[in-house]
Amino acid sequence: MASDPLRAALESAFPEAAEIAVVDRTGGGDHFHVTVASARFDGLPLLEQHRLVNESLAGLLHDGTIHELRITTKGAA
Amino acid sequence: MSELRDQIKEIIESAPVAVFMKGTPQAVMCGNSDRALRALYALGAPVTAVDILPDPAIREELSALSGWPTIPQVFVKGELIGGADIVEELHASGELERKLEAALGEAAHTGTVEVAVVA
Repeated sequence: MASDPLRAALESAFPEAAEIAVVDRTGGGDHFHVTVASARFDGLPLLEQHRLVNESLAGLLHDGTIHELRITTKGAA
Repeated sequence: MSELRDQIKEIIESAPVAVFMKGTPQAVMCGNSDRALRALYALGAPVTAVDILPDPAIREELSALSGWPTIPQVFVKGELIGGADIVEELHASGELERKLEAALGEAAHTGTVEVAVVA
């Protein structure tokens, strides 16, 4: 599936995550919505939470695999 | 530092609210840019919009400056607030309005929309 590389990158970056979801929003394989729930986000500003997700996907953002990305982050609480 | 990067930096630092987006407020070319603009419009924020589409170098220089990989990017008084998801979420929680008012005071709700061009 088109979402597999994203899922693999997120699972590798957030092994502790309570939830990782990747949705191919358009079915075209390049517009994704990722959701990550992790205790690492607790107490972090939203900007820093998204920065961690962006960093985990940097390679896929850079090589064009991801054309458009939506991010939802949740803490552990 | 390139001239283009200087221009981008100048806009980030001088505009009350800078929005680097795909297209212009008159012709938005991307759903995420539209979402960010709508949240800012809802608060009457003074928007200075920069279209990144005319030259791929604009986006490269912007991301090098901000450390943020995706578009749109919203800055308030030089500080990166985030992309569409963050701006929408902060708007929903009321935090965007508080940030705008803390940073801009009475100028937070002028409702002006400007376009700045870098080249």
